[in-house]
Amino acid sequence: MRNAFADELTKLGNEDPRVVMLSGDIGNRLFDKFRAAHESRFLNCGVAEQNMMGVAAGMAMSGLRPIAYTITPFITSRCFEQIRVDVCYQEAPVIIVAVGAGMSYAGLGPTHHSCEDIAILRSLPNMKVVCPADAWEVRAAMRAALKQDNPVYIRMGKKGEPVVHAGIPADFAIGKAITVEEGVDVCLLSTGNMLPEVMHTAKLLRDQGITARVVSFHTVKPLDEACLAEAFSRFKLVATIEEHSLIGGLGAAVSEWLIDGEVKISKFLRFGTPDAFFRLSGEQEYAREQLGLGAEHMAQKIKAALA
Amino acid sequence: MNVQAAKANLDVKSLEDAARRLRGKVIEMSHAAGSAHLGSSLSCCDIVAAAYWHVLHIDPKQPKDELRDRFILSKGHAATTIYSALAFRSFYPESLLETYTKDGGKLAEHPPANSLPGVEAATGSLGHGLPIGNGMALAGRIKGQKYRVYALMSDGECNEGSVWEAAMFAAAQNLENLCVIIDYNKWQATARSNETLALAPLREKWEAFGWDAVEVDGHDIGAVAALMANVPNGSGKPVAIVAHTVKGKGVSFMEDDNNWHYRAPTAEEVVISHKELGLA
Repeated sequence: MRNAFADELTKLGNEDPRVVMLSGDIGNRLFDKFRAAHESRFLNCGVAEQNMMGVAAGMAMSGLRPIAYTITPFITSRCFEQIRVDVCYQEAPVIIVAVGAGMSYAGLGPTHHSCEDIAILRSLPNMKVVCPADAWEVRAAMRAALKQDNPVYIRMGKKGEPVVHAGIPADFAIGKAITVEEGVDVCLLSTGNMLPEVMHTAKLLRDQGITARVVSFHTVKPLDEACLAEAFSRFKLVATIEEHSLIGGLGAAVSEWLIDGEVKISKFLRFGTPDAFFRLSGEQEYAREQLGLGAEHMAQKIKAALA
Repeated sequence: MNVQAAKANLDVKSLEDAARRLRGKVIEMSHAAGSAHLGSSLSCCDIVAAAYWHVLHIDPKQPKDELRDRFILSKGHAATTIYSALAFRSFYPESLLETYTKDGGKLAEHPPANSLPGVEAATGSLGHGLPIGNGMALAGRIKGQKYRVYALMSDGECNEGSVWEAAMFAAAQNLENLCVIIDYNKWQATARSNETLALAPLREKWEAFGWDAVEVDGHDIGAVAALMANVPNGSGKPVAIVAHTVKGKGVSFMEDDNNWHYRAPTAEEVVISHKELGLA
């Protein structure tokens, strides 16, 4: 996703003179092409995220479209008050791009994990929360975000994830989920970088005669209510899957929607990370298995719930 | 620059009148609302008067003009000062000041976002104004616009780490169109600022952070106006004006008495204050 982000950024920079790139001292050489083409519009803001977010707000208030970028915890919880006051309260059209969703940086330890960002960002008025599923959705999300006049948070994985779509999804829109596979027995609502794992889960289920609708539910705020209403009316089991805490993430948002509405509640499963720091060393795949986010474990739970 | 020579070209008397009028109004507003931060509002009246009556290139009829100078009240708790200045400069009718803190109004105790002409940033949480100012100054550079950006901060505000992140960033970017004024009244909410965190030596700190820093008597309104108007000053650096001020300035029984960080004046105290200011 990271390389697609840098590449799309360069294109957007060529197309739109308002685009400014702010980096929190990461992405060594990643932005070389953007920098070469638009030197004055690239700023390494250093390891100073509070200032970076304020700078982004000040630029957005002056007619520019800054993209503020660094590792997820540092561009969310570290400068949360600047996001709340400078960006959201002032409705400054800043695009916040985070790299390292969930357990993407499992090996770097809990300081670099991010299983709370969806929860805190979606609590902010005026903020949209978008979690692209693959490199193509990253590109689409950036283009869609640039068309907004409000703040947008884009939660990326890292680099080298499997690609799900064949190109930029033509009908991509913030707040509109994408069905990537049809099925009749269960509806799997996946957000962000979990989609490849969820596709694998669907395949394991298919091998056992269970077909799943797989949805890239890339926008956690605003929720695609039409998609949810349809899913809960049609399927006897709906599951949300996210590499994020069960507290405050997609599953929580859907639960809130269910409780607030007058929707017939199908059986509902939520897959996410528990209310605990993940203290073991190891990479993302290992962390997912340990946290109950591996495809085999999820397939088993889904099958049991359908029984 | 030669501040004295520059002062000679200024109508200092009219600036002093404006500052006096601001002081009278913020005292009235604090009384009417029973609101806090009067001492902080009084200490910066000369700086705000210098800005709005001499320094800033602004047009009340076009408050969103892209080329305007920006003034950010980073010490948002002095809101009454800027509310009054903007009303006196006709950004909105003076009658709006009577709605300060009233139910359903626009004038809360800290400056609001996107709802009051002339208010450039929503402040109140300290340490936010300078980073935003950095962004505005950089936007000007990117767009080839020559406007200047001023941020008025309090000394207590310099407790915030974000101030120093922003200071280093502005210096690294050589933001010569950016000016910080520190209303150095030596108090923060509950204690002497220098006894709370080691602030002194303040001018030297800004200098060490890469700024062109100068000290001035913050109540010498002509000197403050001359220094602020001289931005960019040719140094190629952002400018820090460390303005030595007195909290509660202008009213004998409020000066340097930190009880007035929270206290609001009685009706009788408003009358005495106005008399002292020569407004009665």
